[in-house]
Amino acid sequence: MASNKDFLLRNRTRPEKIIDKGFKSLTVFMASMVAFVLISILLVVFFESTEAMARYGLKFLITSDWNPVTDQYGAFTAIYGTLITSLLSLVIAVPLGVGTAIFITENFIPESIKNIIGLMVELLAAIPSVVLGLWAVFVMEPFIRPFLSLLYKYLGWIPFLSTEPIGPGMAPAILILVVMILPIITSISRDSLNQVPFKLRQAAYGIGATRWTAIFNVILPAAISGITGGVLLALGRAMGETMAVTMIIGNSNNFSWSILSPGYTISAMLANQFGEADGSQVSSLMYAAFILMILTLIVNIFAQWIVKSLSLKY
Amino acid sequence: MKRNLNYKPKLSRNISNRLLTLISGIFASIAVLPLVLVITYVLIKGGSLINLDLLILEPQPPGDDLENAGGIGNAIVGTFIMTGIASLISIPIGVGGGIYLSEYSKDGTFSRFIRFGTNVLSGVPSIISGVFVYAVIVVSKVIFGSMFSGIAGGIALSILMLPTVIKTTDEGLKLVPNDLRNASLGVGASMFTTIVYVTLPASFRSIATGVVLGLARAAGETAPLIFTALFSFYHITSFSDIFYEMSSLSVLIYNFALEPYEAQNELAWAASFVLVIILLGINIISRLISNLASEK
Amino acid sequence: MTRSPENSHECDVSVSLQNVSISYGKIDAVRNVYCDIPKGKVTALIGPSGCGKSTVLRAINRMNDLIPDCSLKGRILFEGNDLYAPEVDPVEVRRRIGMVFQQPNPFPKSIYENIAFGARVNGYKGDMNELVEKSLRKAAVWEECKDKLNQSGYSLSGGQQQRLCIARTIAIEPDVILMDEPCSALDPISTLKIEETMHELKKSFTIIIVTHNMQQALRVSDMTAFYNAEAIDGTSGSKVGYLVEFGDTELIFKSPSEKATQDYISGRFG
Ligand SMILES: Nc1ncnc2c1ncn2[C@@H]1O[C@H](COP(=O)(O)OP(=O)(O)OP(=O)(O)O)[C@@H](O)[C@H]1O
Ligand SMILES: [Mg+2]
Repeated sequence: MASNKDFLLRNRTRPEKIIDKGFKSLTVFMASMVAFVLISILLVVFFESTEAMARYGLKFLITSDWNPVTDQYGAFTAIYGTLITSLLSLVIAVPLGVGTAIFITENFIPESIKNIIGLMVELLAAIPSVVLGLWAVFVMEPFIRPFLSLLYKYLGWIPFLSTEPIGPGMAPAILILVVMILPIITSISRDSLNQVPFKLRQAAYGIGATRWTAIFNVILPAAISGITGGVLLALGRAMGETMAVTMIIGNSNNFSWSILSPGYTISAMLANQFGEADGSQVSSLMYAAFILMILTLIVNIFAQWIVKSLSLKY
Repeated sequence: MKRNLNYKPKLSRNISNRLLTLISGIFASIAVLPLVLVITYVLIKGGSLINLDLLILEPQPPGDDLENAGGIGNAIVGTFIMTGIASLISIPIGVGGGIYLSEYSKDGTFSRFIRFGTNVLSGVPSIISGVFVYAVIVVSKVIFGSMFSGIAGGIALSILMLPTVIKTTDEGLKLVPNDLRNASLGVGASMFTTIVYVTLPASFRSIATGVVLGLARAAGETAPLIFTALFSFYHITSFSDIFYEMSSLSVLIYNFALEPYEAQNELAWAASFVLVIILLGINIISRLISNLASEK
Repeated sequence: MTRSPENSHECDVSVSLQNVSISYGKIDAVRNVYCDIPKGKVTALIGPSGCGKSTVLRAINRMNDLIPDCSLKGRILFEGNDLYAPEVDPVEVRRRIGMVFQQPNPFPKSIYENIAFGARVNGYKGDMNELVEKSLRKAAVWEECKDKLNQSGYSLSGGQQQRLCIARTIAIEPDVILMDEPCSALDPISTLKIEETMHELKKSFTIIIVTHNMQQALRVSDMTAFYNAEAIDGTSGSKVGYLVEFGDTELIFKSPSEKATQDYISGRFG
């Protein structure tokens, strides 16, 4: 039998204790970095924008002059562009994404094809935004312009379609945003649908529900919290998406309701002007950045809250 | 009484079911269409331009000289360097933070706040992290007096990677069965020993997969770089060059796509080809590896 | 090996399994089942775990269609119709042959909706309130539910949930009700209540029930089918189920013709 003396470390040595304690403190410190970075971003953007906030106040949100020469700044064009492009892209991408997710979870097609479609949608997310922008500028926009012209020709009396498409503009930006947020919506919806317990599907089919009755009345409602969360995340992503939008939206500060005309988003404005800005333009851009941050923050927090509070118990 | 159980195609519920199935099928086809279109176009257009010179040389100043447009060599190097810097910063911090969340925290207010903050930070638009780094590092010249630099770009990218790394570490560690931890703690190992020698190795593969995917995402980012690292037409020649403007594939694509000259546009396509091949390659390989691992 | 019910010519056959074999992927779960299940009676399926009782039960209302690689050979006739003929609509089948599952699985909806939903899906046009009450009463759960019809089905206890699921199935008035161990999650009192329900239901429905409880089989069923599993030759360990014998419950329990049945019933199994 080994005597107690053979185990030299039975009483833990000081260095060992120090390492153990130190390691824990280190991880606490590293975890705190997240909070530190997040709060710093908020504070820095806020303080950099105080000058513009003081000067333009809330008028900044509803006026659309953006003139470095006269030092007049109003971000309405960019705010409108941010909201309209992200919301409209959502309107297109949600049915597409959720429909696709249903198609690849509900036994319409063999397992292998399901997986291939799922993989392809996820790989789409791996394509950098700037490459999509390049493709949008040189391939997509020229291709869809005739269709947009038709829209203008026949529906031009609607304010949102009331200008002639001449190239870059909000409409192609919306389409490229659809491409960018489709993977998020599809893969989150797919995960949520897959998590619906099999016994619930059985219950629905067992009472003689048709496939789509089961989907609409039982399966989708059970997955709704996850799907809504995913949709909100996608909205946040669409509002903050920069490169592809900057390349295709036309970067114009002339306000127009029409999505066929060139426009701006906050992020496009930042990408475009930040490098060369000085003086009160920097502060105004920071003010716009602050607005963008608040918008995405609200959407993201709301998304987390939805996922927590809307989840059905089954 | 004889029952008729046959499928009645004219029944309205059957019609609407067929219609809905058709629609969802069409949606799925539309959803895969962009990937196919973008990939084929990038591969054909970009691939046809690739040659060794292009992969090595520096780009020439914009102009309509198709023969002597130069290459994207410095941009490839720059992308690797800045992604490397981002990894050096975000992987240790992120893994550490993930270890805290999964191994030490007891679901108190602090850890809830950190998890919440991680989610919020991952939703912050990438351009904002560029703006932030510009204000804090570029303008203030805190890093050895340098302004636009590869370091600043790398830091901006690391802010984007950080939440991904924390989340994958946190989730990866949670998958490790508690029995394994208890086995180690049960023989008197310290938390530190348990984490470093037992828990982390057990979840290495899933953490690595997540981190690599996050890395790939950062490598393709442009917005945080356009006014932190800016762009450069030259290869780096010494270590100190990371304190100066640095080019990257993504910023090259952005800048050259907007040039009115075909020569630069072509470089943008070539750079897209390289970037897409690298990123899709990383994605597919890491997925394959994690699939193989989970099948075992 | 199998015995047809002696009186099969006297009472109508509801479901007839003719040389049914079911497999998951390449692995057979049950083989060569012949069995005529009489109308208006309670038929119990008994047998050791894994011998394919649930598999057979799910085949009868084509719930196995939900399992991608599950396939069936042979024929299942329901009142003379081949349920697996290509032109048959599984949705129609499930409206005539309802099912209560092993695990209670109410919809995440209100108690009222749990019942109304199925009825509506089946095109019920009558007084919904009345139907809900009637079905809940038949399933012996009305007293517990009547004051909280608008609460979630998940606010009920496990046993109450199961009876809610039975009520949901009764509400769509199928011809046949399949029950897969409906009492396995219940206490003795709820079990007795459900057994009473079954006696009541027998008057209007054909019932096929899987149970592990011999006493229950004896109490509620008119006919009993005993399934067993045997190792497949050549493969190591994997077993395939088959029907050992089928007949009047009393006969099966009093004087089984197979030794395996005798052993199983008297608990001397394995
Ligand atoms: N979804 C499935 N996929 C693959 N194999 C399955 C599936 N369901 C059942 N099996 C297999 O089929 C065989 C019969 O299973 P079944 O569930 O029908 O048994 P059972 O008699 O109902 O058992 P129990 O009394 O435990 O409920 C088992 O060997 C089981 O492993
Ligand atoms: Mg079973």
